Amino acid sequence: MTLSAVLFLVFVVATLGITFWASRQTKTAADYYAGGRSFTGFQNGLAIGGDYMSAASFLGIAGIIALSGYDGFLYSIGFLVAWLVALLLVAELMRNSGKFTMADVLAFRMSPRPVRTAAGVSTIVVSIFYLLAQMVGAGALVGLLLGVTDPAQKNLVIVGVGVLMIIYVVVGGMKGTTWVQIVKAVLLMGGAALVTLLVLGKFGFNLSALLGDAATQSGKGEAFLKPGQKYGTEAQGLAGKLDLISLGLALVLGTAGLPHILIRFYTVPTAKDARKSVLWGIGIIGTFYLLTLVLGFGAAAVVGTKAITAGDKAGNTAAPMLAQQIGEDIFGPIGGTILLALIGAVAFATILAVVAGLTLASSSSFAHDLYAHVFRRGTASERQEVVVAKVSAFVIGAASIGLGILAQGQNVAFLVALAFAVAASGNLPAILYSLFWKRFNTVGAVSAIYGGLVSALILVIFSPVVSGSATALFKDANFAWFPLSNPGLISIPVGFFCGWLGTVLSKEYNAAKYAEIEVRSLTGVGAEQAVKH
Amino acid sequence: MTTREHDSSVYEQVQASSEFQELRRRFRAWTFPMTAAFLAWYLLYVVLSGWARDFMGIKVLGNINIALIFGLLQFVSTFWIAWAYARHMEKKLDPISDKLRHEVEEKAK
Repeated sequence: MTLSAVLFLVFVVATLGITFWASRQTKTAADYYAGGRSFTGFQNGLAIGGDYMSAASFLGIAGIIALSGYDGFLYSIGFLVAWLVALLLVAELMRNSGKFTMADVLAFRMSPRPVRTAAGVSTIVVSIFYLLAQMVGAGALVGLLLGVTDPAQKNLVIVGVGVLMIIYVVVGGMKGTTWVQIVKAVLLMGGAALVTLLVLGKFGFNLSALLGDAATQSGKGEAFLKPGQKYGTEAQGLAGKLDLISLGLALVLGTAGLPHILIRFYTVPTAKDARKSVLWGIGIIGTFYLLTLVLGFGAAAVVGTKAITAGDKAGNTAAPMLAQQIGEDIFGPIGGTILLALIGAVAFATILAVVAGLTLASSSSFAHDLYAHVFRRGTASERQEVVVAKVSAFVIGAASIGLGILAQGQNVAFLVALAFAVAASGNLPAILYSLFWKRFNTVGAVSAIYGGLVSALILVIFSPVVSGSATALFKDANFAWFPLSNPGLISIPVGFFCGWLGTVLSKEYNAAKYAEIEVRSLTGVGAEQAVKH
Repeated sequence: MTTREHDSSVYEQVQASSEFQELRRRFRAWTFPMTAAFLAWYLLYVVLSGWARDFMGIKVLGNINIALIFGLLQFVSTFWIAWAYARHMEKKLDPISDKLRHEVEEKAK
């Protein structure tokens, strides 16, 4: 535990150093929001990995595989394939036509105030849901990793995480945040690769033998190696299986609508660099999910499902427990302690990098979209905008600390699924229509965003994750009439439909502006340039 | 540095040019069908995971079953499509888009 704390402290000191260095390089709004657009494709590819691979995907997926077998892999695949949507349809076009936020692209050829308001609201809702889930997760995680059970100490950890995140964002802006994500991505990949190698080595690099042991240890036999232990089990019937499809859709279509991911495309000098960064991102994220497969089954085989469940019912400690056990098996007790400390520190770094990215995305949208363009109608100076961005990062950070403490112990995992569903149902339709549909207009954009956002929210409120089930947020109430936990299957088509309906009901159409966004997005004419210091 | 330097009619001229039309065609003719293909391939995988579990459980090599191979093939196809996209863009689109961009930027000077 103390070693873990020391390693984490080293990470904190190093990243704070980088953050203060970055603050000296941050002068203009483009520096603050987009890191001066001066990162290379490879650097941004690492940062994409650092921004995207949350503790939920590191500890969560390994845990699901360790306890429920194959089904955890479904998550990994959805999270990875999703990047093709971002690569083929969004990344380069967005880099060419936008400036700082998602709304820059959506409002490009529309009446700016209503579209910016809708896109800003959606950005903030998605980011804050995701942020809250991470903050609550941080408290739980620390409890498990450091053996902290005292609620006051747990709260102190949440405050610490929140304060660090605020410093990264307010002081370092996009440049500082990006470097934190790069460092984290390297640590996470290194840590996961090390444990994976040790696990594979133990089984003589024979994957089949590893799977066989995992199946035996799980007590479920061969069923452990095929789908159906967790999602859409036979006992859940048709609703369960439809829920699986719904989850799959939200994962694959949500990524390209997540605001904190989209703004990463602005941090490189050109669209070609945006392409390169997504290619690196896909390579890094894909490799990482292959490692989690070994980590998950490895935990089942080496630690055993029973011991993992005893550590944490959801299996979130599977990866750290595996690190400890495999270290002990190979290098003796000290090896176990060192590896556990290492993976614990990596997990903290993971949480910090992701929450910083989310805080930056939501505060940028508040300042650039809502304050500068909606409240001030474009009259705010760059300086004022950045000040507002910093103040809102502080406020959002403080609020998420407070909410993170209040929601401690609640099951808020559904917030991540909800964030993906809202991103897929509200943001993605609006982005795709904006870039590719000539006729798309203000009413269409506003309807797509609110239609997708509201339908996803309503369906989740009346779903089994909020009431009427043993794992619900409100266990004692039952107002769940919507049988699926994931709204995507309904809300994604609703978002696309609302966007279409709103468009055809309105006569507005601006041919000149469509020509501009089409030419700009495909050729890079007039694209925002990198800042030269 | 932004749009205001250009008269918007420049964009309409470029948009109407046969070169730009070809650029757009090459972009859409590759990315749209490919998107439909990888989404269908992914959904097939999810649907089989829900409804064809006995098939997915068939062992192929030791304990390695069809479900695992199918999942790993999703990784392979994702890596391959990403690589193919970059190649297509570099060979078929970048030369045209670079040329058009330089032309517009020259005109604006």
